[in-house]
Amino acid sequence: MGGEVRQLLEQIHRFSRRCLFRVLSMGPLPTHLAFIMDGNRRYAKKRGLEDGSGHKAGFSTLMSMLQYCYELGIKYVTIYAFSIDNFRRKPEEVQSLMDLMLEKIKSLLDKESIVHEYGIRVYFIGNLGLLNDQVRAAAEEVMKATAKNSRVVLLVCVAYNSTDEIVQAVKRSCVDKADRDTERIQLVDIEENMQMSVAPEPDILIRSSGETRLSNFLLWQTGNSQLFSLDALWPEIGLRHLVWAILNFQRSHSYLEKRKKQL
Amino acid sequence: MDFNDPMLALSSSIGQIGDFGLDLVWRFIHIVVTLCLIVSGIFELVESYAISLGLIQKYSSIDIEKLKCLAVVVDIEAARDVSKVIELLRWLTTIGVKQVGVFDSQGLLKKSKDMILEMVPRSVLLQETGENNISPDSIALEFISSFDNKEAVVKAANILLQKYLKSIHPENGEGENVFTESHLNEALRVVGECVHVPDLLLVYGPVRSHLGFPAWRLRYTEIVHMGSLKYMRYGSLLKAIHKFTGVRQNYGV
Repeated sequence: MGGEVRQLLEQIHRFSRRCLFRVLSMGPLPTHLAFIMDGNRRYAKKRGLEDGSGHKAGFSTLMSMLQYCYELGIKYVTIYAFSIDNFRRKPEEVQSLMDLMLEKIKSLLDKESIVHEYGIRVYFIGNLGLLNDQVRAAAEEVMKATAKNSRVVLLVCVAYNSTDEIVQAVKRSCVDKADRDTERIQLVDIEENMQMSVAPEPDILIRSSGETRLSNFLLWQTGNSQLFSLDALWPEIGLRHLVWAILNFQRSHSYLEKRKKQL
Repeated sequence: MDFNDPMLALSSSIGQIGDFGLDLVWRFIHIVVTLCLIVSGIFELVESYAISLGLIQKYSSIDIEKLKCLAVVVDIEAARDVSKVIELLRWLTTIGVKQVGVFDSQGLLKKSKDMILEMVPRSVLLQETGENNISPDSIALEFISSFDNKEAVVKAANILLQKYLKSIHPENGEGENVFTESHLNEALRVVGECVHVPDLLLVYGPVRSHLGFPAWRLRYTEIVHMGSLKYMRYGSLLKAIHKFTGVRQNYGV
């Protein structure tokens, strides 16, 4: 009986969400949304949970947010899963995060996963050479397995930071020019060699937990992006936050489009 | 076939009525959002005046030493009103800020830099003094535009390319690793860019966006939206700086 009630509530929730998204789609919608998923550790501390539970709760929030984004028709979603700076955390914490990442990356290949439900193409963006062999191999397997998907795209930034991305793009441009004996790098060379060039620039970047900095995330790509800093910790983020961000984006859309044309 | 045409017309009309209804609901939601933002704006206005008048104790003293470098991003339309920028810089001088980088994407403020330096008391151009030679009672100003962003990285990349080409061994065709963040940082200095990372970035414009401020310098910068430059308020500026002095970063650790 309890299960049936829960199923009914879920169906009502899903139907209400579809109606809400139908209303939102009367205005412009973002093509690319990026998230900095900050606050998992503070959430665990706040709720008196054991270490690591915050990240598990954060993953569950991530799955919900991806579902909402793809239902709304947002084609690209980028998430900041693990920064190069995060390697400086305590080794036990880094290992626990790597283990969680390995488990969740492998689960993306399950038939019931969100990847199959929405036909998601997954990219792992970052200095993957810094990851251990197992996580790197799993990431490469997921990228290969989803390479033919084209409906929506998920970009997972792991072992990433923007300044490293810029340096790597400069390196690839230089090596490329050196190989071809042409001696001048142009902006287009660096842009093509940026790992994030597989997606357009983000329209919206949302950071949870109230921090107002970008922490070395997508600095090159966010010149025309609307930045949101939400007070809620990442595991507390829900549909209402996404709707609020989109409503504000719709108010600012004509200004941002005008700016893009001016540049 | 005849039966299908009226049915198609009917379903199309129903669709149009449905879309019209949804559009009305969408507009209504936006009216509610606008009202919420107006109410929140009124509260902020009152608070800002209270701060300016010294009525809120905690804003009466600010540990300005924590703010080594401030950047201000100004929307293109706002940048045309140089007098407002000058007023803002005078406020910052009063508060005790020592180094300010002013950015607008098209470099309008760069073109007016001589006038700004003349009108802002005790101001000097940062490039001339160098970052470490600012006298205690002056304010060092830097004028930044989009050319200092991606184009600067391209120039720096060409410097690294030359270094790389010179280092290529004829036997194995491999060059020295000149591709680290320090190398790119140094190359940016060589092309005349300031690589100092601002602690705080204040955005004056309709939207919270860094508007193309040099990416290389934004790593850990706190970004605060201040609203329109035309309606800027001293109390809001004090509040933003005060809030920054209370921030504790763990830099990803």
